[in-house]
Amino acid sequence: MTTMEQLPTEEPRTSRRWSPRAQVSALYTRTGLRGWYSRLPRWGRLVANLVFFGLAALLPYVGSVPLIGPQIITNGISWGNTLFDMTYYVLLALGLNVVVGYAGMLDLGYVGFFAVGAYTVALMTSGDSVLHLRWGWLAALPFAVAITLISGVVLGWPTLRLRGDYLAIVTLGFAEIIRVTANSASFLRGDRGFGGLPHPPGSWPDGTKIFGLRDLRPYYWLGLVAIVLVIFAVHNLDRSRVGRSWLAIREDEEVAEIMGVRTVKYKLWAFAIGAFIGGLGGVLFAGYNAFMNSSTFVLQFSILVLAGVVMGGSGNIPGAILGGALISYIPDRLRGIEDPLTHTDLFQWRFVLFGAVIILIMLFRPQGLAPNRRRAMELKDRAREVAP
Amino acid sequence: MRQGLARVIGGASILGLLATGAAACNSSNNNNNNNAGANCGYEIAFFGALTGSAANLGINIEQGAELAVDQYNDANGANCITIKKFDSQGDPAVAPGVANQLVQDPKILAIIGPAFSGESEAADPIFNEAKIPTISPSATRPSLSTHGWSVFHRAVANDDFQGPAAANYIKTVLNATKVYVADDQSAYGAGLADIVKQKLGSLVVGSDKTEADGKQPNNDFSGLVNKIVASNADAFFYGGYYKNAGLIRGQLTAAGWKGVQVGGDGVNDPGFAQAAGNAAAAGSIVTCPCSSPTAAGGTFNADYQAKWSTAAGVYSDVAFDAANIILNGIKAGNTTIDKMQTYINGVNYTGVANTYKFTATGELDPSLVKVWSFKVQPDGSVAADQNIPLS
Amino acid sequence: MNFTAFWHTLGPNTISGLVVGSIIALFALGYTLVYGVLRLINFAHSEVFMVGTFAAAAAWSAVGVTTNSVLPGFWGLAALIVLGLVAAVIASGGTALVVELVAYRPLRRRNAPPLAFLITAIGASLVISETFGVFTHHNQRGTARLVPVHDLLVFGDTHITVLDVLVVGLALVMMFALDRFVGRTKMGRGIRAVAQSPDNAALMGVNKDRIISLVFLLGGLMAGVAAVMYLLRVANAQYDAGFTLGIQAFTAAVLGGIGNLRGALVGGLVLGLCELYGGALFGTAWQNVVAFVVLVAVLMFRPTGILGEALGRARA
Repeated sequence: MTTMEQLPTEEPRTSRRWSPRAQVSALYTRTGLRGWYSRLPRWGRLVANLVFFGLAALLPYVGSVPLIGPQIITNGISWGNTLFDMTYYVLLALGLNVVVGYAGMLDLGYVGFFAVGAYTVALMTSGDSVLHLRWGWLAALPFAVAITLISGVVLGWPTLRLRGDYLAIVTLGFAEIIRVTANSASFLRGDRGFGGLPHPPGSWPDGTKIFGLRDLRPYYWLGLVAIVLVIFAVHNLDRSRVGRSWLAIREDEEVAEIMGVRTVKYKLWAFAIGAFIGGLGGVLFAGYNAFMNSSTFVLQFSILVLAGVVMGGSGNIPGAILGGALISYIPDRLRGIEDPLTHTDLFQWRFVLFGAVIILIMLFRPQGLAPNRRRAMELKDRAREVAP
Repeated sequence: MRQGLARVIGGASILGLLATGAAACNSSNNNNNNNAGANCGYEIAFFGALTGSAANLGINIEQGAELAVDQYNDANGANCITIKKFDSQGDPAVAPGVANQLVQDPKILAIIGPAFSGESEAADPIFNEAKIPTISPSATRPSLSTHGWSVFHRAVANDDFQGPAAANYIKTVLNATKVYVADDQSAYGAGLADIVKQKLGSLVVGSDKTEADGKQPNNDFSGLVNKIVASNADAFFYGGYYKNAGLIRGQLTAAGWKGVQVGGDGVNDPGFAQAAGNAAAAGSIVTCPCSSPTAAGGTFNADYQAKWSTAAGVYSDVAFDAANIILNGIKAGNTTIDKMQTYINGVNYTGVANTYKFTATGELDPSLVKVWSFKVQPDGSVAADQNIPLS
Repeated sequence: MNFTAFWHTLGPNTISGLVVGSIIALFALGYTLVYGVLRLINFAHSEVFMVGTFAAAAAWSAVGVTTNSVLPGFWGLAALIVLGLVAAVIASGGTALVVELVAYRPLRRRNAPPLAFLITAIGASLVISETFGVFTHHNQRGTARLVPVHDLLVFGDTHITVLDVLVVGLALVMMFALDRFVGRTKMGRGIRAVAQSPDNAALMGVNKDRIISLVFLLGGLMAGVAAVMYLLRVANAQYDAGFTLGIQAFTAAVLGGIGNLRGALVGGLVLGLCELYGGALFGTAWQNVVAFVVLVAVLMFRPTGILGEALGRARA
């Protein structure tokens, strides 16, 4: 206990047994932003959410805010692109949060679903595809997310027997299998990739396309809309029977099973919903990029998204949003800044700095930046139980 | 206490961002001192990989171009022309964002790049819409010139020339009777290997595919090596880049294989002999759609070595020439992107690596395409071998 | 499926598979030791290996032996190999200790959840490998091929070279020594005690922190030896070499039964052979896929790997 920070002793010790009353009281004794939010009436929360997303929608214009704006926007890569990238990273983080944060299954190969979504769109829309369908982006969307959902069930099924770290290595294996297949299977075209992917449809009143090449704001807003829909769905699922089953599985799978939770069913649910959201991210990605090839879907990508979820606060939607946005934003922000030591672009140090940031955040806030309330309390419990 | 800590971290990170932002402002301020001489103050962009796993190829190109700009500035006043670097990491997923940042800079008159074919597919539509002319020193995928991008030019022959030449060399010069062909599944490597396979026909005794540079598990190619040895091939063609090619060459020698390894221009780099070891690399053949730099290069190789303390690599010379084409255009007063586009379309320039003239689709004029073979010498250097007949 | 290529290369591939497999197995020991004691995936172990390759390369170039040097005679070569081993073992062991101290110990003090450990390890891995990447300009660094090509035994197409025997022999010796150390010495008993029950071991007077440091150090030592064996074969050090090989080593550890020292050997050899055979059947690029398909298939029927998980039979 020497180096550990002292915890306030007057706080009632929450036991590992979950009691609703303790939860409710903890909820109302909560201070800070979350406490303020949770004390708001229902309409107040709605207004707060609307204000939050309204502000998020104004982010493309943040560069013109005096003094602070220029510090926020990126230099080496266009700000619109950075914002759009953040939206699909946030989607991935939200999806992985369902698998890792809610159901407690460690998935190291999540980007595989992102790849399935993007590749399905490419196969259905690109002129390079063997299918020669040349559909529009919007027409391909429902098929792409449906196929990722199915792929989530197909890949989830053989892993259901596995626990913890075995699940991690097998999912990592699936990601490698998907990567090599994308690289080597001729119908997926590997590094040659798919060109001429269509953008989402629509045009402004003056005839120019909404989703063009130069103005990237519409892509960002589209991503934002997708995020809002996903949050709405995930939040409701979490508060339903499904969410409570996930909680039970996460806390103790054996006990959950004995208590009548159909663990197989709900684990598959988690996998499928996570895959669905990841696939949606892939569909957005394919809608923005006119060209895609296998070089995007590397294993490091999966690991990055996982780092984002845990860093932000596993099991908590605001945490996943924060983590997903940060893992995309930090490296991009480092572009175009001169490194004072070697006078090269600081960007080449991005992974070093990024790794250091991850370590620091985890050392000082192992529960994540915006943790799940229950998780944070468990952590306090664990810290008390530490052996000398 | 914990909240306090969070605030400290938050505060520190904001301060850090402010500091880096300030540094960025400083770095962008010091290139504004316009020289009194005419046609100064403009920018040339480099677009390609400077970090990431393909960075070494991008850096070769960037350094070649920067050398040309430096020499121009030595003659026309310091900071006359600035080269702005845009790092795409060679990743088609990153390229559009970086390209969109590039086109917001009104001082850029032309772009050297995109360096690779994949990122060209992703970024060239954006450059085309912004009407900024590009000269790629290294994107060799044949289909790039078929998209109708008016700004597209490439200062290098596409794979349709090099593949048949390499096959010709294996057939007529090496007189090989059994050839093994493998590639790294990159768009470049697989494209080249497919053409070679097709041209060699029945001489091919086997083919294989490896993973890309740095991706092959263990960097161990013993699976491929064992197949080549078992096939009794007397020549081996590898479509890919020098890293893997060098590792395979070294492991082939270690397994006792005595045949000749042939590679495309992606292998034409000092890194090949470094990875293989000089003794193993000696005798290997590299084809390249360029003339011998030692023959026509003037002082390029020495200048490059002096500036960067490293030997010029693949496409360094082509990038140097491409930069000089643009610099000549600026010197001649083509200081808008439209004028520059017209100038590049009509250029006829002889540089260190080749003579450049572009067709209507932006391809190098076929009559100027020469494919040379180079042989790796026992000291690891590369010497011109012969001009390979194209048919 | 290319059966002709498979049959033609069966002999050489068996030898290559065993050689590659023993390097993987030594590397895998680091994962298995840490997992056996802490129940954690030490994601930074791949960088421990990578640092070892660069240390050996630096040691050799410090005495003037680079890619194209003229090589000395037998005793000179033996001295060089020992020099490389010493340098790599010191560097890898040191890196492993530093990773434990910086990324793991503070978290252990507050009993953080396992995921937090995984993420700090990923962070440490990024920092180490990318620092090397920036300083080497993401290029590989060639070293001399120290062991000359010389056949010891020839059966038809199958050549067994000095290098093959050296690598496999060294790996077996290291594993045997480690197995003995964990099974027979007092410190080994400490490791097994902490693996079985950390709190009880602490109550019985075992210094837990010291044992955990020891475990990381042992893993580092094995990775250092693996690094030199890797250099003797591939003769190139690269900033991301640890990543691809690390995935394989981790797979081997799980395949054999993570936490089980002998399992790492079995897993490594099985993985090496499967990869080479699979590469011959489906193409060299599919090696990784074959490895993972085998892993999934094995885990379907034996959810804790081929030999099951146990560190020195210490798991209840």
